[in-house]
Amino acid sequence: MDKVQMLLATSAALFALGLLGVIVRRNVLVMLMCMELMLNGVNLSIVTFAQQTASAVGAVLVLLVFVVATAEIAIAIPIVLLLVRRKNVLDLDAYADLKG
Amino acid sequence: MIETVLLWVFAATALAAAALMLVIRHPMRVALALTATMLSLAGVYALLGVHVIAVFQILIYVGAVMVFMVYAIMLLDVRDRALVRSFSPLIVPGVAAGSVFVAVFAYAVWKTPAASAAVGSPSPFSLQRFSVAFLNDYWLHFELVSVLLVAAVVAALAVLEAGRRRRG
Repeated sequence: MDKVQMLLATSAALFALGLLGVIVRRNVLVMLMCMELMLNGVNLSIVTFAQQTASAVGAVLVLLVFVVATAEIAIAIPIVLLLVRRKNVLDLDAYADLKG
Repeated sequence: MIETVLLWVFAATALAAAALMLVIRHPMRVALALTATMLSLAGVYALLGVHVIAVFQILIYVGAVMVFMVYAIMLLDVRDRALVRSFSPLIVPGVAAGSVFVAVFAYAVWKTPAASAAVGSPSPFSLQRFSVAFLNDYWLHFELVSVLLVAAVVAALAVLEAGRRRRG
């Protein structure tokens, strides 16, 4: 198996594991971490493809993904804190009555 | 030769830690497994020759995002009685769909001809080249991303302030 094929398969598997985690886990924080795992899988595929062209655009794109992930966490954690303070549960099913 | 072996070892470690994330119950251990995945991916990036990304992966992801996540886990009561079942009822269709996803991607990757002699060879990817390209060609993206970060910080403060006001 070629090195690129192995890396691409790894990135697809990481993305699938993250997606699976978002679907099957119930803890809000664990779901957030699984979303980070999906972003990591995408980053691996971007770096693998960028290495084939040997240009700097891949690294720039990965850095932008880093920043977006940081912004996502910075806004998601306060929302989770507020939700948990309201109902005192981390289970996402308890917030199924949210509307708006 | 040693690079190839290390690359396989790092990729396998990343996958194993990611799989562990799905079955571990305690959120702090899930966070540690995710950190192990990120560190392994940093090793993969370093072996591919993109040291800039490897350093950023450790500094930003492990250093900032995961520390933030660990603080959130410590702030919340993770021994939640409501989570006696740690998996949602969607586990059977979720696992089936995930397996199909991985199988389709693995088949597509397997069928793609291996046309990559360049990967893995130590291409001169220096921080200097990256920085010059970043701030010359992609300055607009840089500025937009700074605006996004500022907006995220302001939004986080606004969310917390709204919650405080509601509680009185």
